[in-house]
Amino acid sequence: MEITEKKSQLESISLKKRFRLSEYIIEKIIFLSSFLAILGVVLIFVFVFREALPVLTNPEVKKEASLKLFFSTTIWQPVSDLPRYGFIPIIVGTLKVVLVALFISIPVSVGAAIYTSEFAPLRIKEYIKPAAEILAGIPSVVLGFFALMVMASFFQGIFHYTMRLNALNAGVALSFAIIPVIYSIAEDSLNSVPRSLKEASLALGANRWQTASRVSLSVAMPGILAGIILGLGRAVGETMIVLMASGNASILSANIFDSVRTMSATIAAELGEVVNGSAHYSVLFFIGASLFVFTLLINSLAHLTVGRLQRKLAGKI
Amino acid sequence: MKIKASLIGSFFTGLTLLAMLIILAILFIIVGNILWHGHQIISWEFISQAPREGMTAGGIFPAIFGTVALVLLMIIAVLPAGVMTAIYLHEYAKTDSILTKTIRYAVNNLAGVPSIVFGLFGLGFFIQFIGVGMDKSLGLEAVWGQPCIMWAALTLALLNLPVVVVSSEEALRAVPKETREASLALGATKWQTIRRIVLPQALPGILTGAILSISRGAGEVAPIMFTGAAYFLPYLPHKPTDQFMELGYHVYVMATQSPDVEATKPILYGTVLILLILTLLLNFVAIFIRSKVRRQMRQSY
Repeated sequence: MEITEKKSQLESISLKKRFRLSEYIIEKIIFLSSFLAILGVVLIFVFVFREALPVLTNPEVKKEASLKLFFSTTIWQPVSDLPRYGFIPIIVGTLKVVLVALFISIPVSVGAAIYTSEFAPLRIKEYIKPAAEILAGIPSVVLGFFALMVMASFFQGIFHYTMRLNALNAGVALSFAIIPVIYSIAEDSLNSVPRSLKEASLALGANRWQTASRVSLSVAMPGILAGIILGLGRAVGETMIVLMASGNASILSANIFDSVRTMSATIAAELGEVVNGSAHYSVLFFIGASLFVFTLLINSLAHLTVGRLQRKLAGKI
Repeated sequence: MKIKASLIGSFFTGLTLLAMLIILAILFIIVGNILWHGHQIISWEFISQAPREGMTAGGIFPAIFGTVALVLLMIIAVLPAGVMTAIYLHEYAKTDSILTKTIRYAVNNLAGVPSIVFGLFGLGFFIQFIGVGMDKSLGLEAVWGQPCIMWAALTLALLNLPVVVVSSEEALRAVPKETREASLALGATKWQTIRRIVLPQALPGILTGAILSISRGAGEVAPIMFTGAAYFLPYLPHKPTDQFMELGYHVYVMATQSPDVEATKPILYGTVLILLILTLLLNFVAIFIRSKVRRQMRQSY
């Protein structure tokens, strides 16, 4: 009798121990897997830079492509007897497309965010937000296809320019991808403005537009700015839309009706045909590394701005 | 004065309404145009046969098959990793520790990295470093050290890690604290509580993240261009080291490199429509599940 009791007691103890051990292992696995995101960022950094490094260190490569050469020529001509890797035309090209995209997407997305959070009846609101999410869900290759096949001819019919694919066409298509990004963040920050502030403004006799523009908008401004910054980051890095809609000719000009080649599209268009380890290959990775660093900076900036909004709200409530 | 103010007010309110309508118009014009031109070619033959005559005839079955295989491999890799990261962040981590902040910072930044940079990373890390290294140590000749479906899927998995982490964490947050405390008070251990109480309740939300990442994975082209997608293949991928055809890449190739654009146009529109239906359907399902979860959450408080 006593023996069996002891036995069962022992069993329960060892059971408990085995349990603890498996739990310990699982918790360690969970802990370790949480490092994957950090590991991912570090690995991207290391391996994109590793392939780009010859541009800075290898004397053979530096004869053709070095930091100095990137900015001392205004021609991007990687495939020729005398290859020239001038960054200026592709940087200007990127800027042109991105500016067109921001010029359209900022007013549209911020305006729509104000409408949804301040004026729209609740029932309409429930349909508008999913619509913006669905726009965000359209793959960028589909937007690029639409710009290439439909929009380009439509714009050519209106403006009568010679180059069918150009910065305007790519910029407008790019804005379709940026609008949902800015819209959702702007709408979130407008929604986070405390009701008491709006009610106080209305009670003091301000009408709804005055309340929206001077109270809600000014309180939510850091959040909206963060959305715009993130939209900018997305616009600079977006590839397929620009690759398909911009014409991909590296023309250095200020005209938005000229074909352009952007940084991201250059990588996508040329990497398939380069020899591994050649100067051209390293230059393309160097462009990628620059894009990576740029988006890291942009993200950190947006993060800081959102932090400001949170502090602002915390201080005001 | 008051009348003037209200006039100005209605004018600007009208402008914001216009902005909203522009977004809706963009959505309807794009989807409408593709539906209109694409629906004529959609048939059983189109989705079940391989391309013929230089992509001017036949169907797109290999591209559909490749896309499905790609996103399945991707989700197998990213779902456990993303959910475990979310569990750590929400259930175990101290909110203000440096490690937690670093993980969150990394997740945020990973979400902002351009997709083409992921493509470069896949080429530089998975193919040139891991793949070539594996071939060398195994004494093989260019089996792993070349573009294939496995490297493409892993590249996409890393790209989608933030999507899964963020939505899983939101799902965990939606589980009320009281249920956790009740379980712990009854003597369950922390992991038992998470596995039997928290995770089942968070499942719909986690599923939303999985569906969203599948949808995004199916639509991304830039990361797979150099890591495994092929222009045309006479066979279907059947092992991890095979290349594959993919819907988005197929659209890109047909739209930009076709020798006869007019002849491929119907097939091109059909492919875009299939891709759009696939991604938007997944999005609809995700939005639907999430709105249901959120409604439940509001009721439970």
